Amino acid sequence: MTGEFTGAPRNVAVVACAQSDHRRRTDELSEVEMLMPVLHEVLERTGLTTADIGFTCSGSSDYLAGRAFSFTMALDGVGAWPPISESHVETDGAWALYEAWVKLLTGDADTALVYAYGKSSPGSVRDVLTRQLDPYYVAPLWPDSVALAALQAQALIDAGHTDEPALAAVAARSRDAADGNAHAQLPGARPQGEYVVRPLRTGDCPPIGDGAVAVVLAAGDRARALCPRPAWIRGMDHRVEAHSLGVRDLTESPSTRLAAERAGAFARPVDTAELHAPFTSQEVVLRKALRLDDSVLVNPSGGALAANPVMAAGLVRVAEAAGRIHRGASDRALAHATSGPCLQQNLVAVLEGEARA
Amino acid sequence: MPDALSAPMVVEFPFTRSLGPVQSAFLTGLRARTVLGVRTTAGRVLVPPVEYDPETAEEIRDLVEVAATGTVTTWAWNPAPRRGQPLDTPFAWVLVRLDGADTALLHALDAAGPDAVRTGLRVRVRWAAERTGAITDIACFEPCEEGPTDHQVTAHGGAFAGDAVTGIVAPARLDYTYTPGRAQTGYLAALAERRTVGERCPRCSKVYVPPRGACPTCGVATAEQVEVGPRGTVTTFCVVNIKAKNLEIEVPYVYAHIALDGADLALHGRIGGIPYDQVRMGLRVEPVWSEDGRHPDHYRPTGEPDADYDTYKELL
Ligand SMILES: [Zn+2]
Repeated sequence: MTGEFTGAPRNVAVVACAQSDHRRRTDELSEVEMLMPVLHEVLERTGLTTADIGFTCSGSSDYLAGRAFSFTMALDGVGAWPPISESHVETDGAWALYEAWVKLLTGDADTALVYAYGKSSPGSVRDVLTRQLDPYYVAPLWPDSVALAALQAQALIDAGHTDEPALAAVAARSRDAADGNAHAQLPGARPQGEYVVRPLRTGDCPPIGDGAVAVVLAAGDRARALCPRPAWIRGMDHRVEAHSLGVRDLTESPSTRLAAERAGAFARPVDTAELHAPFTSQEVVLRKALRLDDSVLVNPSGGALAANPVMAAGLVRVAEAAGRIHRGASDRALAHATSGPCLQQNLVAVLEGEARA
Repeated sequence: MPDALSAPMVVEFPFTRSLGPVQSAFLTGLRARTVLGVRTTAGRVLVPPVEYDPETAEEIRDLVEVAATGTVTTWAWNPAPRRGQPLDTPFAWVLVRLDGADTALLHALDAAGPDAVRTGLRVRVRWAAERTGAITDIACFEPCEEGPTDHQVTAHGGAFAGDAVTGIVAPARLDYTYTPGRAQTGYLAALAERRTVGERCPRCSKVYVPPRGACPTCGVATAEQVEVGPRGTVTTFCVVNIKAKNLEIEVPYVYAHIALDGADLALHGRIGGIPYDQVRMGLRVEPVWSEDGRHPDHYRPTGEPDADYDTYKELL
């Protein structure tokens, strides 16, 4: 049925996931050397080879390693010869997942390999991220990523949505949860530390590190054949807000709310939510936007506060949510990814496992 | 294997950007110590101004002048300023809603300490002594005594004395520590001994030079190191006629693909020691090492007969 859209909706699932151990630096590895074991692991889990994969899509950013077209080097790890059907997004791999999902929905492919990686260690990621800001009015001031998150955190405190002890509790809960995550960079309790940019302390900020993640998607019966309990993607949507920070109400995330609505997140309650909130204060915003109450297990992996490989951390959320469904630890999970300053762009995916006998 | 290499690397680029009519008026206005906003059809005043309404995507051009005083809507104390930021002493990042505006502008606030800053604080623009038509014409904000005013915005034609600012140059500089990884470290370490090494794919047996740690055909790690060359064959070439900046080489010169003996991939190199118009496919060449011995400066003819086309046609 290649190229032919019948109009009948296809079911697409995440059938396998793999990720690296996220580490502060990986000086001994090039990007492709860091990525390759993850690609091999995810293919091994399905028994697929590169030649079996219908579509490959990746997410990364040249600005992290300071190398132009670095994703083409990473393609060496995929085995891109003879030519494969391939695409790349210059943002978090969660958006590569979205592209692959659409490709499978159209019937253009039955399987997809989606991967993302980021090596933040060569540069200063706080400064590197300033280059994604409005180049006319904002980037010339070099406001770093912690500074912008701190402006949002103060707005939340002023509005009475949180306070510093509550933020510290988010940090502690996340890093305690990461004790059960072998890939995490910062597992276990640690002091909140000094202010980095007030009101955010060291503990409110994500670790800086290198890492990679890969997932395999499959449609319909292919998914059932490849995975005992596929994590079916029931809906996925992404939305963006005005780029000027002063236009937005930083205590709200209407883009997350809308993406969640369109993804069907509010149709029935979820039991698990993997939120991409690199800063403690952003979890406060996201919980509100997604209407998550205490019945929902939030970030059992430890979230981005325990490991934040830039460009991969959003796709890691999908992998963590899907992994829980594969293992039977969740029946309906929400995965969220973000990109840009102060939750500018947001993606929400709803994953479900079929009822068990 | 040798320890992983690392070296400082600086990426610098001066982005030249043109401005639309609204941005041009705003930045020209800053040069003249005047802050302009733009009014949406719904009557909201956006500062800094944009050319399209963020809510309706409608084009907007209705310029108005707002005050140089305003109110902090949120803030963050920055104890350790970083390179490029507006002030080099501790300061607060602030979003400021200027009197007459409905949205806030991001900038720095010069204040004695975090205890001197709060949301709702009244502030005013401190102008830069020399202004060029850039956001940095606002040096920063500073606290002021003047209470909130019921500022009525006034329409503004957008014209100022002198030429309008129609573009900005946004210089960027990022500092990195480059680490080439395992395969390239091995390659560079061998070059320092005037040897060229590749890596053989365990699956298809192809030898890649320079090695990148993976076989792009098989998608597996390459590990077995293989010494190749030093001699090789020109598989294809081009004649370079434009002198590169900061490069001493006289033009025209030849840049070629060279298949080193034993390699299954051609690498790039300059051909010297022969007039540019006598370089040909099949020419046998050898490396001439740079004075510091870290890499071949160029390749020169060995004097051997040319290689048979069949011996290198697969490497084109
Ligand atoms: Zn191979």
